[in-house]
Amino acid sequence: MPSLLVIIPLIGILILNLPLGKIMRKAAFWLALILTIGQASLVAFAGRGFWADFSGPLAKYFPVSLAASDDLSLVVLLAIGLVSLAALLVGRGLIADEDECFVFINLLLLAMTGMNGIAMVSDLFSLYVFLEITAVSSFILIALRRDRDGLEGAFKYLVLSAVATVLMLSAIAILFLVGGHTSFVTVRTALSGAPNSMIIDVALCLFIAGLLIKGGLVPFHGWLPDAYSSAPAPASILLAGIITKTTGVYTLMRLVKDVFPPNSDMNNILMLAGTVSILVGALAALEQKDFKRMLAYSSISQVGYIILGFGTGTELGFAGAVFHLFNHAIFKSQLFVNAAAVEEQTGSRDMDAMGGLAARMPVTGFTSAVACLSTAGIPPLAGFWSKLIIILALWKAGDYTYAVIAILASVITLAYFLSLQRRVFFGKLARGFEQLREARWSLLIPAILLTLITIGIGVFFPFFVNTIILPIRSIL
Amino acid sequence: MKMNLLCLILLFLMLLSSVWAVMTRTLLKAAIGLALASAVLTVLMFLLGAPMAAVFELSVCAGLITVVFVSTISLTKPISEKAEEEREREHLKFSWILPLILLAIGLALKFVPFAFDFNLPPAALNNDFRSVLWNTRLLDILGQITIILAGVFGVIILFKEKKENER
Repeated sequence: MPSLLVIIPLIGILILNLPLGKIMRKAAFWLALILTIGQASLVAFAGRGFWADFSGPLAKYFPVSLAASDDLSLVVLLAIGLVSLAALLVGRGLIADEDECFVFINLLLLAMTGMNGIAMVSDLFSLYVFLEITAVSSFILIALRRDRDGLEGAFKYLVLSAVATVLMLSAIAILFLVGGHTSFVTVRTALSGAPNSMIIDVALCLFIAGLLIKGGLVPFHGWLPDAYSSAPAPASILLAGIITKTTGVYTLMRLVKDVFPPNSDMNNILMLAGTVSILVGALAALEQKDFKRMLAYSSISQVGYIILGFGTGTELGFAGAVFHLFNHAIFKSQLFVNAAAVEEQTGSRDMDAMGGLAARMPVTGFTSAVACLSTAGIPPLAGFWSKLIIILALWKAGDYTYAVIAILASVITLAYFLSLQRRVFFGKLARGFEQLREARWSLLIPAILLTLITIGIGVFFPFFVNTIILPIRSIL
Repeated sequence: MKMNLLCLILLFLMLLSSVWAVMTRTLLKAAIGLALASAVLTVLMFLLGAPMAAVFELSVCAGLITVVFVSTISLTKPISEKAEEEREREHLKFSWILPLILLAIGLALKFVPFAFDFNLPPAALNNDFRSVLWNTRLLDILGQITIILAGVFGVIILFKEKKENER
């Protein structure tokens, strides 16, 4: 049954591309809308029985089955649904040409197919295949406008992603050699029983290096600022909000938790990479003038928090990391939606040329402020809770240095986001912007929705603890 | 012993054609170099006892991928033949050092203790290739078809001529 989340977008694309005329252009938007809202509501409302159902009419065709086996996959599937919904609405609103919008929706459905597959797969080689689907669709999404910046960003992402793919494939080959089969269960039993061999260590290092490249962590983050800032607005939302997290961070968490043997060296490397990413991302974001570039460096920093929390190896750290992954998908997409609104109204991304936009674009300004505060970890918003859990997990595990660095980096995060808010939204209205109006409804709806989710999770967190956080602990 | 020598010669040929593919001046020759390297790899796979992998390698890499490359190259127009060669010469000025670095890494790796120090599980040679491909790995075939679909989509989108004049 859950494999429908992969099959339906695929069949949708095939049907949409039949030569049936102009009606397909309109049908595309409604199909994608139904799919994204359907995915988010299925995760929120369907019971456990639906998701763990490996049988069903498709089971006899797909023995290597897809199912969301635990809460980690469910959280990621929910995030995929929500961010894709936001990207769809923004794309529909911003892309004027109907044919280009149609192309965008097709690519969005392809990316959803890939990401849903990544979240539900239980086999190393199938994981690689779905990673490639997501990667190919994101290359094309970045280069959609065929302008010079977009092509350059897409090319940088392509090259580094190809390197990551080669590393991961070599590691999968070696793990296949060790295990005889590529499913998670087989490789896990083979690795836990295998003798301490240098080749296996090299394979694990190669895999983690490949995943760090995909996730955009330091020192492999070179592609990230260019790809995020030069992609067209709806593609940036998708890329920053969910693609990097699914292909890099979720895959890393799934493999380290389910496949690789527990290893304190690996945890130390992850914590170190996370901390360096936090610092490099935060410090580089301080001096940016381009709106989306600052958001890109901020993404590097926040993904560092996720990996830092995950690297502790404890249940609390894992719960904090998963929660922060979801929160980051929400507020980063929110910020990119606002960036899209501002770019469309003012025509540029240069923050120094802007000022006082909140007078003309109140909704955008307010939602942007909420997202900035949530990222910086200010109570009672959602980001506060997830960062608190991560820092608590670090403290309890005895990593006092990392905890202090994480807290100090929160202060830097607050600093650059306040600078962003001041330069763009507060203060006097800059010259030449008197004609500005609020962004159109298709940009406001995702902004308001994501803000409501951020505020809702933050304020109602004590009620969520029992239903969401504690079950995540039970996975480990 | 004879097998080992033959494998070494083939590996060296593959290395040579790959280096030629990277360092040659026109894109078309690079695509041919890739096809040559994969053809040598096919022979190697066949000698190592994996005939099915060899067939796939030949048909996909030396066949399909070369066709895709050549068609994409024909869709893009260089500034002019002479300017393209000039630019390539600029780029490749100092890259003669790259094959040397490759050889140095190879020599260095000879002294790293990469031994197969674990027992390999027995190779599942009894598995019928057809049942593995079409039954066990059906999901991956679906995924591969999706990737090809995405790639074709990408080529169509990225290389579409702007039709504004014709509207």
